Amino acid sequence: MLLMLKYALMSATVLMLVALGGCFSEHSGVINLALEGIMVIGGLMGILILNLLPPDMLPVWKVVLSIAAAAVSGIVYSALLAFSAINLKADQTIGGTALNLLSTAIAMVVAKRFNGSQSAKLSYDNTPFMFQIGGLTVNVFLFISIALLIASIIVLYKTRFGLRLQACGEHPQAADSVGINVYKMRWSGVLISGFLAGIGGFAYIVPAVQVWNFEVGVAGMGFLSLAVMIFGQWKPGRIALAAIFFAIFKSLANIYDSISWLNALHLTKELYNMMPFAASMIILAFTSKRSRAPKAEGIPYDKGQR
Amino acid sequence: MKKKQSLLASDGFVSLLSSIICILIGLVVGFVVLLLLGGEKAYSDGFKQILLGGFYMMPSGIGKEIVTAAPLIMCGLSVAFAFKTGLFNIGAAGQYTLGAFGGLIFAILLHAPWYVCLLMATVFGAVWGALPGIFKAFLNVNEVITSIMFNWIGLYGCNTIMYGRGSGAMYNAKQSKTFPVTGDSLIPSKIFGWDMAETFSYKSCTIAIFLAIIVAVILYIVLNKTTFGYELKACGNNRNAAKYAGINERRNVILSMVIAGALAGFGAGLYYLSGAAQWIPGDSTALPSEGFDGISVALLASSNPIGAIFSALFISHITTGGGFMNASMFPPEIADIISGIIIYLCAFSLLFRSMFRNLLSGSRKDKVRKKQTPQVTDTPANGPAAADGKESE
Repeated sequence: MLLMLKYALMSATVLMLVALGGCFSEHSGVINLALEGIMVIGGLMGILILNLLPPDMLPVWKVVLSIAAAAVSGIVYSALLAFSAINLKADQTIGGTALNLLSTAIAMVVAKRFNGSQSAKLSYDNTPFMFQIGGLTVNVFLFISIALLIASIIVLYKTRFGLRLQACGEHPQAADSVGINVYKMRWSGVLISGFLAGIGGFAYIVPAVQVWNFEVGVAGMGFLSLAVMIFGQWKPGRIALAAIFFAIFKSLANIYDSISWLNALHLTKELYNMMPFAASMIILAFTSKRSRAPKAEGIPYDKGQR
Repeated sequence: MKKKQSLLASDGFVSLLSSIICILIGLVVGFVVLLLLGGEKAYSDGFKQILLGGFYMMPSGIGKEIVTAAPLIMCGLSVAFAFKTGLFNIGAAGQYTLGAFGGLIFAILLHAPWYVCLLMATVFGAVWGALPGIFKAFLNVNEVITSIMFNWIGLYGCNTIMYGRGSGAMYNAKQSKTFPVTGDSLIPSKIFGWDMAETFSYKSCTIAIFLAIIVAVILYIVLNKTTFGYELKACGNNRNAAKYAGINERRNVILSMVIAGALAGFGAGLYYLSGAAQWIPGDSTALPSEGFDGISVALLASSNPIGAIFSALFISHITTGGGFMNASMFPPEIADIISGIIIYLCAFSLLFRSMFRNLLSGSRKDKVRKKQTPQVTDTPANGPAAADGKESE
């Protein structure tokens, strides 16, 4: 049971962080399909920095610096989406897809170059990130994600910035007419999502294993986070609950062979891996009718059309 | 108002020009990456191979390029067709997976003739395309998110069945791949007595490329010359207007996705039934890249089916070339970076297009406007014709 809790918490933190990122971006009115790609870039840069730091450095600094690297690279990469979607008014889904494809290619090239070989596997030491509480192994990202969740709720609902951000996703013309700079708000929404997804990508890769093959990117976690966000109805609190729900499904793939009644079902690992995706399809089918998506998401804002 | 435009300012030319700009910028970025990685060897060991593509290694390189191009044309058509009908088919990868699965079942287990296998690949792909269509039409779920989910469901599902815990009927445990396709199930390489495999000394070079081109031409005719195609496009342009005009938009959304899925499935059939590769079920977290390259193909072609043939050949050209680079120095994924950049640029190619249109037609428009100003009282519909009449008086 502790093992299941460990894996569930691990996936839940990732899904929640990235889904919160998506939430900020969509509340500002930009569909961020590039979450998957931002995760890959964040994970890649975090691991590179982790490897490049001198080995005798204090573990705390290693953790702080590598997470900062993941966050910053996420922000930089998401700026590419912001530029095409906001300034050039490009199709947001296509731009996001391009960034997803680009990210895997970049990660493979960089990882292979870093290794000096033809394998895209990077190894790293994840011990500074892990803690023992009782018999349970938790990682530093659990605390970070809880802090960021609380921060997100406060920013989105209790600050002037957050309310203005939401206005830009609901009715940008109205927001503009009262003097809010829609372009600026949308830029900040996308950059915040880059920050969160960058950390999320690092949080997905580091605690789980000590070697990561960048050929697989982040295996659809970014897309699953989008489903978590929709299931959470674009509200941070509900997103946290949705993330836990999906994480339990996801953890089944890791632990099914150690639980006797699950093992007795004779399902393969692939089927367990498939489950969260299938579950999200079923949930989307039932919740889509009363979707509370930001009304102006996906529509480029054109000042001239006000 | 005036439909007749000079060749330079026509829509086709402008989109061609903007595609070329996207390609050029993509190649420049690729070259910069090569420079960063390899310094002075960037051209001789890397960029030259990308530019030459299959021609770097005659004739087998060309054979390889042709073999890779066939599924790319089909995936490109799949995405392009969906674009034309107002849908974004990001699920081509999943439909491609299902197509490969369907084709291989009939080829490996039942040893059916190749056209039967190809048909089954198409049907499997169509079914997988239909699902997001149904979700969109009846439950109003965005097709992008559904097709992404169905990509993964399809991949995990097919792999589970093919792998079958290591003892699946199609799975060759020794090579950890599916068994090769043999005999009648292989698409023939001979056409009118010309053996393509022999000419290019590349075993899996078959008539697949011609089948893909034929489908592209058929699709062009369907989209541009038939009522059916017009209805589908009308739904894409404005769903509500189409509904008002008496078009069954639900049926059309599903049909569009079925056709898009069928095209992707057909592409998978062309590739795997040519014996170009065997499926690796153990690769359980990697979706086939053809489905995503299809997006680049469609965007580069501005969703024109005939254009898709050429853009698929281009993408195949640079990926084949990427494989010939000095792999110890330049990872072949640099070709993927180039195509990724190209899609990114294509996303805002509308901007390029309007820029060119202004540049190319700017001076001409002024002249036309001056000529027409005296006859402003004419009804706009027959403006030019009436103007001609008055001038002759």
